[in-house]
This record gives sequence, C-alpha cells and structure tokens, in this order.
Amino acid sequence: MNISYQWLRDLAPGLEGTPEGIAARLAMYGAPVDAVAPLGAGLDDIVVARVEAVRKHPGADRLSLCEVDAGGGRLQVVCGAPNVRAGAYYPFAPVGAELPGGVRIKKAKIRGEVSEGMLCSERELGLGRDHSGILELHGTYTPGEPFRAAAGLDDVRLEIDVTPNRPDLLSHIGVARELAPGGVAGIRLGPVAGLEGPGLYEDVAFERVPREGRAGGVMVAIEDPRGCLRYIGAVIRGVKVGPSPAWLAARLRAVGLRPVNNVVDATNYVLYELGQPLHAFDLDRLAGPRVVARRAASGETIVTLDGQRRVLQEDMVVIGDAERAVAVAGVMGGEDSEVTESTRNIFLECALFEPKAIRRARRALGLSTDASVRYERGVDPDGLERAARRALALIVAVAGGTVEREGVDVYPEPRAPVVVPIRPERVTHVLGEPFDAAAVAGYLEPLGFRQVEASDGGLRFEVPGYRVYDVTREIDLIEEVARRHGYEAFPSELRPFRVGAVPEAPLSLLEDRLRTLLVARGLLESRTAAFAPEGEGDVALLLPLSSAESRLRRALVPGLLRRVEHNFARGVRHVRLFEIGTVFAPGATPQDLPVENTHLAVAVSGARTPPHWSGEAAPFDVWDLKALLTSVVGTLGLGADAVRPAQNGVAERPYLPGLSFEVFDADGKKIGHGGRVAPDAVDAPAWADPVWAFEVRLDPAMAAVSVPQFRALPAYPATERDIALLVPEDLPAARVEAVIRGAGGAYLEDAHPFDVFRGRAVPAGFRSIAFRLRFRAPDRTLRDDEADAATERVLRRLRDELGVERRA
Amino acid sequence: MSQTDLLHELELIEKEALDAIRGAATPDALEQARVQWLGRKEGRLTAVLRRLGELSAEERPRVGAAANRVKAAISELLEARAAELSTAKELTVEDLTLPARSAWTGARHPVTLVIDDVCAVLRSLGFVRVRGPEAETDWYNFTALNTPLDHPAADMHDTFYLGDGILLRSHTSPVQIRTMQAHQPPIRIVAPGMCYRRDPFDPSHAPAFEQIEGLVVDEGISFVDLRATVAEFARRMFGPGTKVRFRPSFFPFTEPSAEVDVSCTICGGRGCSTCKGTGWLEIMGAGMVDPAVFESVGYDPERYTGFAFGMGPARIAMLRYGIPDIRLFYESDVRFLEQFA
Repeated sequence: MNISYQWLRDLAPGLEGTPEGIAARLAMYGAPVDAVAPLGAGLDDIVVARVEAVRKHPGADRLSLCEVDAGGGRLQVVCGAPNVRAGAYYPFAPVGAELPGGVRIKKAKIRGEVSEGMLCSERELGLGRDHSGILELHGTYTPGEPFRAAAGLDDVRLEIDVTPNRPDLLSHIGVARELAPGGVAGIRLGPVAGLEGPGLYEDVAFERVPREGRAGGVMVAIEDPRGCLRYIGAVIRGVKVGPSPAWLAARLRAVGLRPVNNVVDATNYVLYELGQPLHAFDLDRLAGPRVVARRAASGETIVTLDGQRRVLQEDMVVIGDAERAVAVAGVMGGEDSEVTESTRNIFLECALFEPKAIRRARRALGLSTDASVRYERGVDPDGLERAARRALALIVAVAGGTVEREGVDVYPEPRAPVVVPIRPERVTHVLGEPFDAAAVAGYLEPLGFRQVEASDGGLRFEVPGYRVYDVTREIDLIEEVARRHGYEAFPSELRPFRVGAVPEAPLSLLEDRLRTLLVARGLLESRTAAFAPEGEGDVALLLPLSSAESRLRRALVPGLLRRVEHNFARGVRHVRLFEIGTVFAPGATPQDLPVENTHLAVAVSGARTPPHWSGEAAPFDVWDLKALLTSVVGTLGLGADAVRPAQNGVAERPYLPGLSFEVFDADGKKIGHGGRVAPDAVDAPAWADPVWAFEVRLDPAMAAVSVPQFRALPAYPATERDIALLVPEDLPAARVEAVIRGAGGAYLEDAHPFDVFRGRAVPAGFRSIAFRLRFRAPDRTLRDDEADAATERVLRRLRDELGVERRA
Repeated sequence: MSQTDLLHELELIEKEALDAIRGAATPDALEQARVQWLGRKEGRLTAVLRRLGELSAEERPRVGAAANRVKAAISELLEARAAELSTAKELTVEDLTLPARSAWTGARHPVTLVIDDVCAVLRSLGFVRVRGPEAETDWYNFTALNTPLDHPAADMHDTFYLGDGILLRSHTSPVQIRTMQAHQPPIRIVAPGMCYRRDPFDPSHAPAFEQIEGLVVDEGISFVDLRATVAEFARRMFGPGTKVRFRPSFFPFTEPSAEVDVSCTICGGRGCSTCKGTGWLEIMGAGMVDPAVFESVGYDPERYTGFAFGMGPARIAMLRYGIPDIRLFYESDVRFLEQFA
C-alpha cells in the first residue's frame, strides 16, 4: 500500500515527524514500511514551460519545432511527441539541466534546427512508464516555476507492507488512525480545493431501504443479499468529463496511480483516502435505468474495463442493468458503461460486498484490482455513506454537475454491533505484565474502540466498523493492547519452565549418527527437492511447476545421479554425495495421505582419495562401495550379513548386474540396494570414472543403540595357519568361510581371506582364495599339533561339504 | 712390543678411530675408515690383534679383552654412523614443502549446520526434536491452525496440492497440531523439516525449503516468556552481544504475533548492505498460540497458554556464510559443499 506523506498529514493535522520517523513508528505498530521514496527525486532542474507555437520541423516529418516560454524569453525546442500543442504546459528541461537518469541537457542541432532544451515525458522524469508523449500539465501555471512543486511532487511515498488481517490500513485514513496524536479524535477529512466546507456533500438524502429503492430516478435493488450486503447509489447530472486538476493528478501519482479522468480520479481518490471502492457508471448507458446486485447467470459474459471478454459463473455477484451485467461486483466495471469524455450523467455506486464472494470471483477470473483487494479483506461497513458524500463532493468540485437529492441506501440486514469483553487479569496472564482496566482502555479507545456499559461490571468494547474483520475475540483485543503498549516495552527475563513431556524423535538421532559417519568418510551432504519426473515417482502434484517436477520421488538415487551429472557438467570429476530425505508412495486410497519413508542414499565417482603427487589414486571400486554400505548398515544396528550380492546377479535399475547388492533388515525384509550405476543411467563425460550408489530405508527402530559388552583380552599367544584353497568361481567365498568357521573348533578365533588369485597354477573356472586361520586357547598356550589337527579338520570338511581342495 | 705399548696403541686407535668415524661425511668415507681400522689386511686394530700372540700367557687376556672392547666400540659407532648417513640421505632427497597425502574431507550441508546449531541451542533450553509428515491434509496445514481455506491468509503461500484436501505442507506448523494431539502439556519441542510452496527457483526462493518450528505449551506461559526464550536463543545462536527486536505482525495461528529481528550479524547493527542499512535482520516469526488452535486439538485455552516460532535455516545460512543465492544450496556442487568442511 502506497501512502503519501502529505496526504497523511492532511488527515492527521497534529502528526509530527519525518517520513523516516513515521516509517519507524509504523514498523513498531505492525505495518513495516518497505521503502521511503521521495517523489520527484532528481527533478530540481525541471521547470514548467508553456508552448507558445508549434510548427513542423522542415527536415523531419515526425518532429515539431516549438516556441517555448520557460520564464526567460522564447526558446526554440525540437520535440518528437505527437501530443505537443500550443497553449499547453509541460515539464521542461532547460539547457544544463540534469534528468533523473543522469542525462545532462545540451544545446543541440537536430536535423539542422537548434534545440534549446527538452519537453519531457513521464518516463523521462522517472514518474511512470508512459513514453507515448510528453506529460501535459492541466491547469494554469507560471512559465519557469519549479516543476516539482507545481506538480505536487513535494511529497514522500511510504510503501507499507500491510498484513492480510488489517484491511483498514489499505487507506490513508486507516494509517492516520494509527498515528494521529490523540487517536481517532484527531482525524480530519481535509477540504478539497475548489470546494467549500469539510469536503463532504451534504445535499443528498440516502433513504435506507431493505431491498429496493430509487436514486435520482434509477431503480436500485439487491437481489443477492448474501453477496451484496449494502448498496448506496446516487446520481449526478451534467458533469464535464476531462483531465483532473493538477492537485488531484499529483495525489494519485504520489500513490502510484495514473490519472484517467476527473470522475474516475475522484473515485480513486476516495478509495485511497477512505479505503472504500466506488464505481461511476455512465448513467445514459444503463438500460432501464435500473441497477441490480445479483448472481451472474451461467455462461453470462461481460467485457471488463481492461477490454477482456470474461465468462461469468453462477457463484459470482454482478451488477446488472435492466438487460445485462455491467460490472463484476467488487472487482471491475464493464467497458459498456464506462465513464468517457462524452459522459454527461453519472450513477455512482458505493457498495459493500461479501469478502468470500469477491475472493471467489477474483480467483476464478484471475483479476486482482484495488477494489477486489479491499473487498476480499473487508471494507468498513459503517464507512459507506461518508465515502459516498466525499466522492460526490469531489466529483462536483472537479467535474461540475448537479447531484440529485434523491439517493438510496439499500441495506437488507444492518449489522449488529460487535461488542467484545476483555478481562484485565486475562491480559496480564497472557502478556506476563500487569495491566488494569484503565491501561486497557487507554490503549483501545484512541484506536476507535468504544467502552460500553456491561450489567456485570465487566470491561467491554464496541469494535469500530473498520476493525470488525480482525477483532472479534478477547485475544484480538489483547493483541491490540500489546501492540499499542509496544512489544519492546515488555521485559525479556527468562523465567523458570517445566521440561516437556514429549520424547525426542528417534529418527532424528539416527540421522545425526549417519551424518557423522558419512562426513567422517569424506562424503558431502546434498539436499535436493523431493520433486521428480513422471518415471521416478508415484505421487503426482496437481499443479507442478514443470514436467520434470511433476511427481514426488520414490527414491533418492535418481535425483542424486542428476546432481552427479551436474558436477560432471562443470568439470568436477571427484564426486561423493550423500542425502537423507523423504520419499513418497501412494496412500491406500486417494483419501489417504501418501506413505512417507526416510531414505539415505550415497553416490560416488572419481578417485577414492584426493590426487597426490606420490602416485595416482585408484578410482572408487566395488569394495569402497561395500565398505560404505557395510558401515552404514552397521550404524543401523544390522550385521555385515545384511548386505548381500543381488539375487542371481539380477540387478535392480539403475545398477549393473554382477556388481550390485541388496540390503536386508533383521526380519529379512529388503530395505535397500546399491552397486555400480549402469552407464546408460548417468550422463557422464568420457573422462568420468564409474559411478557407484546405494540407498537404504531408515526406520525409527534402527535408532536403538546396542551397548557393547566387554570381552577379556587374550592372555596366551595365538597360532596361525594359512590355507590356499581352489574355489570354483560360482561358489561364494562367504560359504567357504562359513564352513571353515563351522569346522574350526572351539579354539578357532578368526578366519578371513587374505589373498585372492587367478591364473598361473590355478585351473580355469577356479580361483585361489587364501585364508588365514587364527587359533587360541583362553587358558594355555596352544600346541602346534592341536592347530594342525584343527586345520586338517577344516580341510576335510571343505572337501566333504564343498568339494574344495587345498591348492598344491 | 710390550703389554704397555699395546695397551697404549689400543687407546690411540680407539680415540683416532672414533674421531675419524664421527667425521666421516659420506658412506664412502665411512667405508674408508672401516678399512683403515678394521680391514683384514691393513687395519690398525687387526694389526694389534695379530700381535697378541707375542704376549705372554699372563698378559694376553688383559690386552685381548681391551682389544675386543675397542673393536666393539668401533663397530658400534660404524653401524650407528652408517644409519645416520643413510637417514641423512633420505632427508636430503625429500622436499618437505610438498603437500601431504590426504583423505577426502566430508561436510554436512550448510543448512544442516544451521539446523544442528539451532537445535543444539534449543536443546540447551529444554527443547527436544520431533518430526511430522511432509504431505498433510489441509486440516492440519490450515484449518487447525486457524486459517480458513477461503481466508486471504491462506493466500500468503501458494500451496502444492496432491489431491482433494491433501497437500505438501507449506510450513512446519502442522507439527504443532500433531504434537498436541499426541501429548499433553508441558510441551517444549523443536521441529525442523522440509516445506513446499509454489515459488519457482529464484535467488531468494525455492519450491522446497527447510523450516524450523518451535512450540512451548504449559500453564502460565506468557508473552514475556516468548520474548525471553527467543532473546536467549538469539544470544546463544548469534553471540552474547546480539540484540533482539519484536515487531507486531500477523500469523493466523498466533496472537499476538511478532516478527523477530536480531542486530545485524555482519555489521553489529551499524548498518551495512546485508541488513540494507537498517542494522536489523529479520530471522523469525513468532507469537502466542491462538486460542482457536488449542480448541482444534482439544486443549482448554483458559488453562493453557503457549508460544510458537518459526524460522528458515537456509536464510540464516545465507546470512551466516555470505551466500548470495539460495539455489546454491540445492545444486549439490561439490566445490560449494566442500567449503563447509
């Protein structure tokens, strides 16, 4: 919401303070000011000039030669604007002047003709975007007078960020109420130029009727009292539509509006001053003449002021004449009944529409306007009559005409006053500081809340119309007390508290441990959005941002592979990423929430250690991947046997067969997989190393930590025996090891492979696997012959059970 | 030669040999010394040993023992010196300014670092971490949080819908509702998690982003407790000199509501480009839990009061690490992530 500093001061005459000071106060009242922008900045050199004569440039069709009076004799100026005319006033940059963009005006020859300055457009002065012609100033000026003052630009614009609960702040009067010394009692509607009195048109009577009445001979009716809550109408005859006077145009420009014509500008003025949207119809283009607030008919269409044909829906409220819709109520008027230069007679609408109805229409039409923004949030139901009188006064002042005495106020169900009780002890309880009734009233009354007598002696306030949308409960009044007391006036000393009864989420603890593990292993944590293309997710978004983001992911690895590609594309070869994130599966029925699981995924490529001058590091291989996977699985409380080669070497996408693993939980349920990523699953440059990845599902139960149990350190030496075995390629080493462990006897402490060898002296279809067996007795030194006997037993069992022989 | 002469000769040999060996600067010079004293043919000590036979049986053991002692001393020193020289050889060929062998450095994501710090600070103030689903019903995301679906407040964030009444949560506040439904006060929780809004990626927006929610509910919790807890949090999080400012604001599920500013962590409040000259950084929204929220979970709003707050760790990470563009967080560029090791 744009607020003019001068306008604010007109409404609150006692208001002191610089624009910056006022901005700081507003911030502490809950309406932060995004920008304090002096208007007409950089326009000090610009003056008002009168064009005395215009003739064609002899050397160019599109240019004119103008004789200009800028206060110091006649100057010749070349001008390219189509709208330049003799007798009019324009902003003028004389030779030597600097424009807001930093351009300095020089005496120049344009197509052979001398030009001693420049007549300026809105855009050249930084006042707007219009560059279709130069900016004509309506009214009478003294050539040479400073443009800034003449155009009413001695002002500062405050851009206020208004929260949705405070529609009253979408007007100058609403902001003034927050700031005026002494509160609402200090607010004045200023007289307007060319108008006597307080600036309200009094010579009209708005007859209150429940459904239907007459205003200046026009039938006015509310057929949809749920959508249209109140409708005030008045008629003005004999107006002269034309440009607005300078002061009015300046006020509108100060808040960022473009002047249109005097009638429309007057209604916009009242909108910005009082927050009440108004609409002026060309009375002679209303059939009947009749005005009715009703529901739209299905399929009914209207061409709105922006020139668009719009199809209406039955739940929208429209203003119709005797034949057709002439406005989308509370959103935008129709082109057919628009006020134009030829308009003589006006029907003025000042209405109150139901916020939800306006919101529906605005959303359905995708059309947000100054009016819809205010109606949606809530317009003061008690402010209509004053706004109508203000608008009538302004229209008469700037466009002439006569207001018909007969006005109408169709008000089907006048609202009941909103009275809210407030207990000072509750205020004290919630805010933590003592407040008594006097203090509460002292904060509320200046804002317009009126204390009312209560039979039980309790404290009660009637809520003013402009606050009925956000103040309906005691807590709303308590907030007002806190706000006006000043949040910063409250102490902030820490008081004793009770510890909570909610336990910590186990999954969060597990995530901490996994992050610590993987970071220690040199991996970098990735965070990616949960969106995925159609092939990578089963839960669809109704309105995705793009087709690549149309689903919620079912797995993390595909997204992580895109991140690997992102790094490859930037020349990064060594990539080692992990992510802990949510994946989604459809719920049991469309009414159920999707099923969410937390997964952990890893993707690595490149060298297993950073490059070093002493020798080239090997790329990550399957053993690095298995090591990472095994340590993750260990952190999940699962044994090394949870990681198994994929069944029959069949790999799940995107892994390569023969180089992929599956992960199982303690109950034998599959919770993950991993392996070498198939080359066609990742877009890698020729220099890239193989990509390895895995993914496992985390479960809160995995967060349980098993406490290690101490085992006594050995007191006697161990004896080791190495055996090299010829193992068929299709016999897993793990089975061989299992037989060794089973046959080794009570003193076999450890058995592990320490060498795998193929080739010389090893027949085709076999490999040699050398195991080191360590024997130890807990209570004595083991004899050699005992170790030999145990080793023989192992070899015998290997031969009997697996047909595995010792290598010769 | 007499026994005395030989003993004297041995004394000389020991002294001269040890000096020579200590003075040998290269393996070659050391070998020369070895030959000179211990060499089979020319060695001076060898010569002495040969002459032991000239001595009487009574003299021989004494001189022999002395000769053996000298021989052992020379051999020992030869060995030690040889080791010294070979070590010195290694030292001279290695340039120790060359870089060390290293392992890859891992790192938590910068947003995780902020979440971890925030949660650690709040843990020290008695908060525990809880979680909630990212896909929610509109009741949890809006209605229960005093935000009617047809209210303009629901427009404050455009929401991703998955189906009729099912959406991706647009804030972490639904965790408040789920926690209060499952537990009775006292409640003191912090809930970090992902949220989703229909904002395309730009330098300051992401359609999926992290939020951290805090909630305290008990008897007698007041606005002063909110101010004190947030101020204490800010001092522990951003430094003991941090100033905190509360400004009135609006959230449907809290009343009174506040925006919380902290004194700029970059300039300390003097005004700089980060704080746009104001000296303040907006870091969280907060407020007293609205009684309507308590009603939606079946708490008695007359008995219980509470406060809630929410903040964006990505924004805090941008301020803390000087990151200009939020998109960098979600690209997983290794060169970016490595900076937070």
